[in-house]
Amino acid sequence: MSDIKIRAKSKNGVTTVKCLMSHPMETGLRKDSKSGELIPAHFIQEVVCKAKGEVVMTASWSGGVSKNPYLSFKFAGGAEGDPVEITWTDNRGQTQSATTTISS
Amino acid sequence: MIDAKRRILLKGSLSAGSIGVAVSAGLLSPRLVLADWNEAAFKAKEMPEALSALVGSESAERDGRIHIKAPDIAENGAVVPVTVEAEIDGVTSIAIFAEKNQTPLIAAFELGPNAMPFASTRIKMAETADVTAVVKAGDQVFRNSRTVKVTIGGCGG
Repeated sequence: MSDIKIRAKSKNGVTTVKCLMSHPMETGLRKDSKSGELIPAHFIQEVVCKAKGEVVMTASWSGGVSKNPYLSFKFAGGAEGDPVEITWTDNRGQTQSATTTISS
Repeated sequence: MIDAKRRILLKGSLSAGSIGVAVSAGLLSPRLVLADWNEAAFKAKEMPEALSALVGSESAERDGRIHIKAPDIAENGAVVPVTVEAEIDGVTSIAIFAEKNQTPLIAAFELGPNAMPFASTRIKMAETADVTAVVKAGDQVFRNSRTVKVTIGGCGG
């Protein structure tokens, strides 16, 4: 359905990760402009970010995060070539994962 | 079959009060229940309610060490970039609220031991409102706000 773009860069012992996911992020409160019916909620609920297999950050989201979500975070450590993995799960149980390696 | 389900449901709800109820709800729709997703906080319609469901207290001390980067005027409420950074030691979580949205809590970030107190994302805002960041460090809870003027709301149809 979609893909995750990740970029991880290490500088002075701190790794900055930026990623873009592609997801409609429907709140469940919006109405279809033609039929006037509510569009059912469909949004990413949880994003798990791992570096070298260890969880660095878990994000819990509501439908209030913009469509095609952008996420950035930083962590101490992380060497060039280490894997960074991002996995999201949405409210319908769909899940997607992507991995990149840290560059410097 | 129906009877078997009913047994499970009864067992679930009898076992341990609210936890039991959550478990039985989980049996009926297992995909919708995530371990860390704080449903009460995310469904809360008022800021104090969301805050107490998330961190267990309705008030938090205002602290200038929390920096919120967001535009003063957002032309499009559907995409408002927000970055939160805290100069506080031992931060364990960062939460972002848009106070006038139908459900104010937008995102909650649980930070691991190596994570820096930093989170950046893009949020939707229904109207001009305060964007509030709530930072938890151990038992302490701090907050800071910044008003973002929205010219076109991002939550309506």
